[in-house]
Amino acid sequence: MKTVNILICGVGGQGVLLAGDIIAETAIASGFDAKKSEVHGMAQRGGSVVSHVRYGDKINSPLIREGEADVILSFEEMETARYLHFLKPDGSLIINQQQVIPMSVATGKAEYPVDIVEKIKQHIKDTVLCPGMALAEKAGSAKAVNTVLLGALARKLELAPDKWQSVISRRVPAKTVELNKKAFESGYGQK
Amino acid sequence: MKMFLSGNEAVARGAWEAGVNVVSAYPGTPSTEILENLGKYKEIYAELATNEKVGLEVAAGASFAGARALTCMKHVGLNVAADPLFSMAYIGARGGLVVVSADDPGMHSSQNEQDNRYYAKMAKIPCLEPSDSQECLEMAKLAFDLSEKFDTPVLLRLTTRISHSKGVVETGERTEHQPTGYVKDVAKNITIPAHARKMHVKVEERLKKLAEYGEHFSYNKVEKGEKKLGIITSGISYQYAKDVFPQASFLKLSLTFPLPVKMISEFINSVDEIYVIEENDTFLEEQIKADGYKISGSCAYEKEITGKAKIPIAGELDPTVLAKVFGLQKESSYKPLQLPARPPVLCPGCPHRGVFYALNKLKLTVTGDIGCYTLGMMEPLNAMDTVICMGGSVTAAMGLEKALGPEMAQKTVAVIGDSTFFHSGITGLVDMVYNNSQGTVIILDNRITAMTGHQENPGTGKTLQGQEAPIIELEPLVRSCGVKHVQMIDPLNLKQTEKAIKEAVNNPGASVIIARSPCILIEKRYRPALKVDEDKCVGCRICLKLGCPAISFDKDKKKSKIDPMLCIGCEVCASLCPKQAMGHK
Repeated sequence: MKTVNILICGVGGQGVLLAGDIIAETAIASGFDAKKSEVHGMAQRGGSVVSHVRYGDKINSPLIREGEADVILSFEEMETARYLHFLKPDGSLIINQQQVIPMSVATGKAEYPVDIVEKIKQHIKDTVLCPGMALAEKAGSAKAVNTVLLGALARKLELAPDKWQSVISRRVPAKTVELNKKAFESGYGQK
Repeated sequence: MKMFLSGNEAVARGAWEAGVNVVSAYPGTPSTEILENLGKYKEIYAELATNEKVGLEVAAGASFAGARALTCMKHVGLNVAADPLFSMAYIGARGGLVVVSADDPGMHSSQNEQDNRYYAKMAKIPCLEPSDSQECLEMAKLAFDLSEKFDTPVLLRLTTRISHSKGVVETGERTEHQPTGYVKDVAKNITIPAHARKMHVKVEERLKKLAEYGEHFSYNKVEKGEKKLGIITSGISYQYAKDVFPQASFLKLSLTFPLPVKMISEFINSVDEIYVIEENDTFLEEQIKADGYKISGSCAYEKEITGKAKIPIAGELDPTVLAKVFGLQKESSYKPLQLPARPPVLCPGCPHRGVFYALNKLKLTVTGDIGCYTLGMMEPLNAMDTVICMGGSVTAAMGLEKALGPEMAQKTVAVIGDSTFFHSGITGLVDMVYNNSQGTVIILDNRITAMTGHQENPGTGKTLQGQEAPIIELEPLVRSCGVKHVQMIDPLNLKQTEKAIKEAVNNPGASVIIARSPCILIEKRYRPALKVDEDKCVGCRICLKLGCPAISFDKDKKKSKIDPMLCIGCEVCASLCPKQAMGHK
């Protein structure tokens, strides 16, 4: 099988790292080799974070080459633009409709880019806008944005939904399994 | 059993499987998770050391006892531990002694890029370089065997991309190692010159044996591909090169010091074009080129060996960089937009913020140190002037004062975290008192080692495993160092903070302020989020000077606003607002 490359980006504290774990573990549970890479430490909170996940028959580099991501799963609108050069020309994009204001914008030193999502959509044909927070709240908790986005991603990949569900159930707190199942399904329903 | 492990988790698992008995280390990104994971095994004695030198010396002591011992650190940590490393290279290892260095190409969370393979060469000990999590596990085990077989410490060298990438790993079971016991052997274990002169001769003989061993070492291997292109590589660079040149012939080296000279020369002769692909420094390239002369007196290779002439020396290597320098990367059709940068920030409610706000306001020169609080240098706090290394803030302030006189001490403050103070700040403070400094040190005591992800330290009253430990109290400690002017303050109280700083810098003699408030992420003392009373807010933007991620400015309304999802109710902004516009209503 050809290697599948997924890049996840967002802001420290949004749950990017856990999402990467779940994708890789779902791929492994489906019989593939997988690698995942990210950098942590040094108060990454509020900073730009990125996680690379690759799966297939045999994976060498844990990092995706620019222009070779099949999917970018973005947790924050502006962060999508920061990593867009990683996407394949015919790749898919899933954007969580949320803006997290960086310090330079909060203090008035810089502007949050206007119409950023519109600009990105002009470049990428296959763009899914996902109201992650709203769907997560509907499923029972704003904290499940993560799982909603994984649902939206699952639709783009050929990994069986039940494999996703079993890895998610294992990785989230026991009390929230049902809620996360719902969140995953509502994300899966996004087109 | 198959597991999905990071390189660090795999090193911990491998060391456990090898029967490691004693582990001592100070946290440092990207190495921290090795100790954290080893601390979970009940068969092992694992401890948080006060610094890396201590960590290596405790491991060395355990090795004297015939135990298998490990210490781990980030690259700059090995600078701190270099002293015992070089001596242990002479003494050798009775029980296996493994030193893990996790280097940080790209400086994701470090003050420099340094290639610690040179430490192996300089100390004349073997260097092992795994290239993924599976090899991390296998080489951690192997390192103990090598150490005992050749009577030497072994350097197991990782990089951030190895430490923090995850891969599928086949794990095994633990083989118990019974410490063989201490045996007195002064000629081996005491490094006085008379002994050390003999030890040096042994070290050189050992290196020859290791080089011979490397020629048949199964992890140094040739992967035959096209004859046209040959690549010599190691570590993570192997994985990148494998993706970019799938058709090439490879010599993948895992024992990268000392090098297998014959194996390399045979490989070079078996291909047409030869590249050395490695990250940062020219460690392999230099040796390979020099070895060419060693073989025949003049250069034995009849072809050019290309490495750093093509591959950048600065910054992290990755498959894109590699493909670009070889002209194999397509330009992206997407032109990147100019975006506001998004560096990490001090968390909402972080107790360090109040101190930095006050230091900025008082326009003091601030010598900084290594920790979350290094972020005090960022906009809009801008409250830091220098950062050298762990413990360097106290002594840098001292140097400023001694160069420019006591007036400079009245304009200067050193800041240092609680864990960093125990690590290496305390010796600087002793120097300050002893040499009659007028300097001021603020210990930012957030009751935890925060930057590496919340490890305990001698001030927290807990061990690595969370068990109770005696608390080393900072206040009596600094008093017993001879500091007379010691103030305890709550940094969330801005008035008290500012007043204490003014008093301290004007005090004749060394002064210490202990700014104590627990890291908000461990204490979780969240109170309801504050709101801005828009009738009272005059848009003066004073609150924005705090650099709190929860506060932003609404340009249309010309009022400040607070994000209720981020605010944890520390009320520092409320105490600052001249119009009392921030509150719970």
